[in-house]
Formats: sequence, C-alpha cells, structure tokens
Amino acid sequence: MVKFLFKGLIADKGRSLLPIIVVAIGTLLTVFLHSWLSGVLGESVKMSSSFYGGDVKVVTKAYLSESDLFPNDLAITESSNLLEELRVEMPQVVWSERIRFGALADFPDTLGETRGQTPITGWAVDLLSNSTKEIERLNLESAIVTGSLPKNSGEILISHEMAKRFNVSPGEQLTIFGTTMEGGMAFYNMRVCGTILFGSRALDRGAVIIDITDARRAFAMEDASSEILGFLPFSYYNPSAATEIKERFNKKQEALSSSDEFSPTMITLKDQAGMAEMIQYADAIGSIMVTIFVLAMAIVLWNSGLIAGLKRYSEFGIRLAMGEDKLHIYKSLLIEALIVGFVGSAIGTSIGIIVVVYINIHGVDISSMMQNSTMIMPSVVRTSVTPVTYYIGFIPGIASVLIGNALAGVGIFKRETARLFNELEV
Amino acid sequence: MIMLKIKHFILIATLAKSSLSIAQDGKTILDKVDRNIFSSNRIVESSMTIHGRRASRTVTSKSWTEGSKKSFTEYLSPASEAGTKMLKLEGQLWIYTPSADRTIQISGHMLRQSVMGSDLSYEDMMDHRKLVDIYEVSLEKRDTLRGRDVFVLDLKAKVTDVAYFRQKMWVDVQMYVPLRQEMYAKSGELLKRTDMFDIKRIDNRWYPMLIIFKDMLKDGKGTEFRTISILFDSQIPNHIFTKASLR
Repeated sequence: MVKFLFKGLIADKGRSLLPIIVVAIGTLLTVFLHSWLSGVLGESVKMSSSFYGGDVKVVTKAYLSESDLFPNDLAITESSNLLEELRVEMPQVVWSERIRFGALADFPDTLGETRGQTPITGWAVDLLSNSTKEIERLNLESAIVTGSLPKNSGEILISHEMAKRFNVSPGEQLTIFGTTMEGGMAFYNMRVCGTILFGSRALDRGAVIIDITDARRAFAMEDASSEILGFLPFSYYNPSAATEIKERFNKKQEALSSSDEFSPTMITLKDQAGMAEMIQYADAIGSIMVTIFVLAMAIVLWNSGLIAGLKRYSEFGIRLAMGEDKLHIYKSLLIEALIVGFVGSAIGTSIGIIVVVYINIHGVDISSMMQNSTMIMPSVVRTSVTPVTYYIGFIPGIASVLIGNALAGVGIFKRETARLFNELEV
Repeated sequence: MIMLKIKHFILIATLAKSSLSIAQDGKTILDKVDRNIFSSNRIVESSMTIHGRRASRTVTSKSWTEGSKKSFTEYLSPASEAGTKMLKLEGQLWIYTPSADRTIQISGHMLRQSVMGSDLSYEDMMDHRKLVDIYEVSLEKRDTLRGRDVFVLDLKAKVTDVAYFRQKMWVDVQMYVPLRQEMYAKSGELLKRTDMFDIKRIDNRWYPMLIIFKDMLKDGKGTEFRTISILFDSQIPNHIFTKASLR
C-alpha cells in the first residue's frame, strides 16, 4: 500500500511538491536555528564557565556572599591542600586555582610618575606551568592582538582597548595598585607582554590577565586562592553532573565545619548570578524551536491539506462511492502525509546539515555587533553540530504535515454516502 | 538663712551658665570645636588598628600637616607598609611605595577608597579644613552622650568639594570636642560614624586621643585611630611637603 501511495505521490506532483517544499524549508530552518542558538548559547555558557565560574567553583562561604567585590581577604587559605584533595576525590574534574582582583593600573611617564590610570578587573591564572590548560580554556592565543603570551613571571596581558586608550605597547611597564589579602596597599610592577581582544565589551573594557604566582606576590596571597574552578569533561555545561559533584562536596564540608565562615563551599555555574536563566534557555532551545515550527508548519500544512482536500474532493467522493471505508481513506491520507513529511524532512535536514557544518567549521564573526555588549559572548560564533542536529528537523517536519493532513482529512468523515451521487453529479 | 542664700546663688549661677550655653549659636560652638581640633600645623604620631574579618592589624605612621592644604605621612610599621609615604598638596595626593619604587597619584573617585583596608578613605585623611569654612551649622538641641552633656549640631555643606553633604555632631558642652559624628550622603544615607574617646588637654586644647571610625556601608568592627603623640603649631621644614621627600 505504501509503495502504491508513494507512486501516486510521484505521479501527482500537485499533491506532493508544494508540501515537500514547505516541509523542507521548515525543517531546514529548524535545523539551522536550533544549531545556531545551541551553538551561540552553548559557547556563551562555556565562555562564562571558562572565565567566571567553571562548571563548579569552590570558594569560602564568606567570599561567596561578597564575590562581586573580589574580597581576597576572605579567600581560600592553604589552597594547595584543598586542590590536592579535590584532585584525588574527583579525578574526572579538571581543577584550577584562580585569583580574581579589582585594582588600578597605573601607567608611568618617563620620570616614573603617573601619566594615566584606570580601574582593572584581573584574572590571575596558571599561565606558566607546562601542564596548564588555562591558555586554551581562555582562548588567549587567538585573543592576542599585539605582543605575545606571558613567558616569564612579571608579564601581563592587558585589554587592547585599554592599551589604545593609554597608548601602551608591549614592553612597557605598568604598576598594579590594589589591596593585599590582609588589607594593606599592594603595588606591583609588571611588563606588558601583549594586548588581548575578546570581542566582548564586558571583558575588553578593563581586563588584565597575569600568572597566578605574580598575583600571589602582588597581593600577599601565599598559598591562597580566590577560587578553585572545576571543569567537567563535557563539551557543554552539564547541570546534573555539576549538581551531583556540588552536593557531594558540600555534604562532606558541612560535616567537617558547618559554622566556619571560611570553610570552603561549592557552587555550580547555574548557581551564579544570571546564569540559571541562560542555561535553562540553552537547555530549552530545542523544545522551543520544535514547538514553534510544529505549530507554524501545522497551520501552513493544514491549510495546504485543506486546499488539497478540496482538489481531491471528487476523488474521495468516488472512492467512497465505490465502497472504500472512510477510515481507510483517512489512513491512506495520513500515510501519504508521513511519506511527504519524511521526504521533506530528509531534504531539509540534508541541506541544513551542510549549512550548519559549514558555519561550524568557519564560524561567523559577530564582534562588530558586540561592541557595547555587557554579556560574555564569543566574538566568533559557530553552530553546534550534535546528534540532535540530525533528527531535530524530522520532529516538526513529520509532525506538522501529519497534524495538518489529519485536521484537513476530518472532512472525509462528514461526507454522507447518500448524497454522494448528487455531489458527483452522476 | 545663709545656707539658703548660697543655694539660691548656686542655682542662679547654674541656670545662668546653662542659658549662656543655650544662647550660643551653632557657629560659635563649631568655631570653638575648630579651635580645639584645627591647627595651623601639627606633627602627629599615630596608630591605626584595622579589624578585618579574619584578623586585626595595626599600622603606625607619622604625619606632618600644615594648614588645610599640605600634609605628609610616612608609614612606620608593619614591615610590609614601612616606608610607604603619602603627600597631599592642594587637593592632590601622591603615594610612594619602596616595594615598587613608584610614585602614584590618586585622584577622582579613588580618593573615596579605603586606606589600607580601614574604615577611613583617602578623602577622610586628606580633609584638614576648618569645619566652619565648609559647613553651615545649626544647633539642634542639648542632650547627653556617654554621661556627658552635649550640643547636637546639624552641619550642612556650603561648598561642593566636600566628602559628606551633612553631618550630625555631638559636641561636649564643657570641652567643645566632638564626642560623636555621623556623616551622611546627600540622599540622607548614613555613610560613616566616628566616636571620640580619651579626651586629653594638650597645650590649650582638648583633643580626642582615640577615634573609632565606622564605615556604615560595610561589616566589621571599625577602625581605631589612636594618637600616640601630637605637637601643635611647631615649625615644619618646607622640604617635607615636596615630591622629593617621597623617595
């Protein structure tokens, strides 16, 4: 029967061509938009994880309550012991110590006096050890505009915007003026080794990146860290795995020292300000896209089904007059819809896959659109190609054409056999 | 009869003294406060105990101040701060640190930042102007504070370059020394409170040897600023107030 219907569809292009084109376009758009939004949101979440929160993050309870202010007087002390513990207990997670700081960058003139000054937001990460993954994680190599990555202690990467504003080139000196862990004044001379541009205004306004050993010297934070970040072995953030690790760690810490405000506590990326909504949106994007396209395409295909139904009014009448069961006609209509939906979805998905794979490889530079953005976004965005990309289009493609035809075909059951001959003018 | 007359005399004298005090307007009281606190120049050795969430630490320093526009401070201890110097000239502030061998100028909103994690800002440290020159004052009422009779003054800024738009000041009726100050923003938000203790007679003045500063916008126990020694109106060599003395 399927073969018979398939032959019918090929023979009667009026029944198949337009629905297949509509389904293919809808499927193509579903595949593309799902892949694009998952890619952009996934990359943004990943970038936020890399820069701010890790997939999980360990801080002291006291630090957590004021973390926006980078209160390093409340940082984790004896952090190397805690880091070792975390590495032993959770070897599947990559752990990394960081110091976050807010300070002033002071640019000296030839006499060593202030010629320019600006507030900075600092990341102190492991840049110099052989096993470091932070350079790759923060995408520093591709963010370099002038100069190079720090190769020695005492070298600093500053935002390219800041360098332009203060006319600073690699090789020149600046002094970081901040606060030590115990609250004293911190002055630390550094040599600018390179300038960086991430394409996100949130980062490019006043970001500086230094090696963690320099930060420890500058802010008198020997064996201390603002935070220890954990990165899970998944391409994109995995909320359930992160939550499981957090609960395990916090349960153990509560048993050890529940009342100590300087005891470590773990939070997930989702627990951080503004991240929950973003992650939920990224998770839900597939369902949102499918729902929108199923609804939109169902309406379009219902309409075309109705038109086709009108066109085939006589055909259904003759078939009924010849004694064919109404349900059988309806079933054949739905099978035809399934064939049309499948073929259209296959064509749309194939074209969609070609497009998204191309964008995944080459990326789209959106840095010019992100000039004033305060959100962390990558400057080059790519579509995400996952197993979901290969089947997501089939759901709205088949469902919509099926629903459209099912709705249009209801009219078959309203036909009265007694009036058929009148209607057919026999 | 004689005893009764004496009692009447004491009563009349007390009332007279009391009404004399009330009769004083806020400006007169503030002027007397300035005469105690303000001096054309001074040399102060002090210690500042900062209570952090984890630990407390004490920083000692020596300051030379001339009028309201020149001030020089050298930090003496702890070792990590020793040798750090600050110079204020005409509203500009420079800090020199031997660890970086740099002289850094502090300006703009940075002047509102805390000095060494304390409850004092650079602005607090820098402002040596007479109160009568920068505030309009009115006497609000008489009250008692820590068992002392006080005038409660309401001060409103009459100049724009002032750190606190409004102040409430509790001034000791007998010594004309503030026992408490509350500093407010223009919005009415309480920003800082200072409590003065250990009032000593030095030369012809009353002077609080211990001031507890409390930044009301942050948690903590406040900062104790203790004057170890103070010399009023002594000669200060001019070279102290030059950038050369920073290094």
